[in-house]
Amino acid sequence: MSKVPAELRYTKSHEWLRALPDGSVEIGITDHAQAALGDLVFVEVPAAGRTLATGDACAVVESVKAASDVYSPLGGEVLAGNEALATQPELVNQDPYGKGWILRLKPSGNAASADLQDATAYAAEVAGD
Amino acid sequence: MKRIEPVIFDLSRSGRGATAQHPPAAETAIPAQFRRRRPPVLPEVSELQAVRHYTRLSQLNYSIDTQFYPLGSCTMKYNPRACNSLAMLPEFLGRHPLAPAATGQGMLACLFELQEMLKAVTGMAAVSLTPMAGAQGEFTGVAMIRAFHRAHGDLARNEIIVPDAAHGTNPATASMCGMKIREIASLANGDVDLAALDAALSPATAGIMLTNPSTLGVFERRITEIERKVHAAGGLVYYDGANLNAILGKVRPGDMGFDVIHTNLHKTFSTPHGGGGPGSGAVGVGERLLPFLPVPVVGRDGDRYRWLDERDLPQSIGQLSGFMGNTGVLLRAYVYMRILGAAGMRRVGEFSTLNANYLLQRLREAGFDAAYPERRASHEFIITLRRQTREQGVTAMDFAKRLLDYGYHAPTTYFPLLVPECLLIEPTETETREELDGFVDALVAIQREAEADAAMLKGAPYTLPVRRLDDVRAAKQLDVAWKPAGA
Repeated sequence: MSKVPAELRYTKSHEWLRALPDGSVEIGITDHAQAALGDLVFVEVPAAGRTLATGDACAVVESVKAASDVYSPLGGEVLAGNEALATQPELVNQDPYGKGWILRLKPSGNAASADLQDATAYAAEVAGD
Repeated sequence: MKRIEPVIFDLSRSGRGATAQHPPAAETAIPAQFRRRRPPVLPEVSELQAVRHYTRLSQLNYSIDTQFYPLGSCTMKYNPRACNSLAMLPEFLGRHPLAPAATGQGMLACLFELQEMLKAVTGMAAVSLTPMAGAQGEFTGVAMIRAFHRAHGDLARNEIIVPDAAHGTNPATASMCGMKIREIASLANGDVDLAALDAALSPATAGIMLTNPSTLGVFERRITEIERKVHAAGGLVYYDGANLNAILGKVRPGDMGFDVIHTNLHKTFSTPHGGGGPGSGAVGVGERLLPFLPVPVVGRDGDRYRWLDERDLPQSIGQLSGFMGNTGVLLRAYVYMRILGAAGMRRVGEFSTLNANYLLQRLREAGFDAAYPERRASHEFIITLRRQTREQGVTAMDFAKRLLDYGYHAPTTYFPLLVPECLLIEPTETETREELDGFVDALVAIQREAEADAAMLKGAPYTLPVRRLDDVRAAKQLDVAWKPAGA
C-alpha cells in the first residue's frame, strides 16, 4: 500500500503539491508513482526562472522501465529544481515526499483554488491499481 | 551451461598469427609522412583460435532459428530461406545503385511490382519504397501531412493527436517534424476515447497517428468514426503499420480511410530484424497526399521502367537518402509476397490471430489474467501479472527472466505503459501448436515456482552465461566502449 500523506494535495497524474509557509509550493511525484516507475536512473528538473502554465511538462523522470513527464499542477515561476537529483535520482524512490522533491514554484494564481484532490480522494483513486 | 566468451584481445599472444591471413608485403605510393608509425593494435591469434572464438560467440545467440521468440510488437516470425537466397542473386548484389535504368530493367520491374502489390494489400493509391526504416517511414508520413497543409495555406495546423497506447516513435516523429503532440486517453476496453478525441480536435489539428490493431492487442472498433471526425476537423489520418501482420489480406488501411501508412517491410514481409537494420519503412498514400510522395519512385512507361524524380513529382517532399531505399530488404519483401500470393497473405493474418487467441485462451484457463478479458486478441495480447506482484511479490520482470531458464525469449515487458506488470505476447503465424503449448507449460511451471519460492525467481536466470543484470547501475554508469590496452 503506497503512502499518501494527509497534508498534501494530489493530481490525477500522480504529482503531489505542498504549500510552503512563504506562499510558494513544492512539487514531486507520489509514492505510488515512484513504485510504478521502478528504480529511477535519471531525473531532469526545470531551471529556476522558467515560467510554467498549469499542466505544462516541467520535469522528466526516467526509470529502468520508462521515461515519463511530470506535469506542473499549477502555473507560476520556478524558484528551484532539486539539483541533488542529478546525481541521486534514487532519492525520489527512497523519499518521494521529502528529499525527492522535484521543484519549488511561486504560483501565479491562487494555489488554494487549483483543481487538486485531497489525500482521501487520491488514496481511493490509487487503491484500485 | 554455455560460458561467456572472452574478448578476442584477451586470447592474443605476441607473434602468433595465421599465415594464410597475412596480407602481402605492402607496396604503397602513400608518402612516408602520411603512413602510420605504429602498427594498429590487432589481436594476434591462430586461425583455429579465431574460428573457435567466433563460432562460440555465434552459439551464444538466441534466434528465431533456434527457439520461440514471442516478443510482442516485434513480429519475430520465420523468414523463409527462399526470400533471402533469391534477394542475394549475384545479379542483384552486383548492381551499382548509379547504374543506368536501362541496364537494370529486371530489378526495377521487381520494385515496381512490389509497389503495386503493396498498393493492393494496403488499399492505398500509391507507394514509395525509399524510407530506410520504420522510423524514417513515419517521418516521411508526417512530413507529407505537413506539406499537404502548407500547400493548402493551412499554416496553423501544427498538432498531431496520438493515443496514449501508441509506440513512442509516434510522438517522437511528430516532434521531429515540428508538430506539437496532443495525447488522448484510451478507454478501459482498449478503444480510443472518442470524447477525448473530440476535445483534442481543433483548427490546429494536422492529423492523428493510429496503430490498428493497437499496441494493446485489440482492433480499434470505431476506426471509421475516428476517421470521419478527424477529416471533418480538417486533419489527416496516419496509419502506423507496426501491426499490419494481424490484418494482412483481411482489412485494408485504405478502406478504413487512412491518408498515409508506413509499413515495416522487414517485419511483416520477411527480413530478419531486431538487430538494428537494415529495414524498410515503405509508405503508401491516398489521393490527398499523392503529389507529396518522396522520390525516387519506380514508374512505368509502356514496357519500360524508370525512376520518377522531382520532374515527375514537383511537390514531392524530396529525397530521403542518397539512393532509393534498402534494395535488399525490398527484394526480400517482393519474393515473400510472390511466394505467398493473396491467399497466403490472408493466411498470415488468420494464423497470426488464431495463434494469439489460442495462446491467450490457454493462459487464461491456466489462471493468468488478460489485460482486456472481454476483447478478442489481434495477433498479440497482454497478460498482466499485477495480482502475482501483489500476492507473491514477483513482477513481470521476474517471470520474464525465469522464462530464459526455460529456453524461451521473454515477451515484451512493461510495454504498453498503460498496463501494470504486463507481458505483451506475439506468437506469430509461423509457430506450431506444440510450440505454443510448451510456452504455456513453462509459464504455468513458473507460476508454481512463484507460489512455492518467490525468492528463487528473483535470482533468475540461473542457466545463462550472464545472470540478472543490475539494470539501474547499467543505466547510470554507462560503459559501452572498450579498447585494448595500449590502443
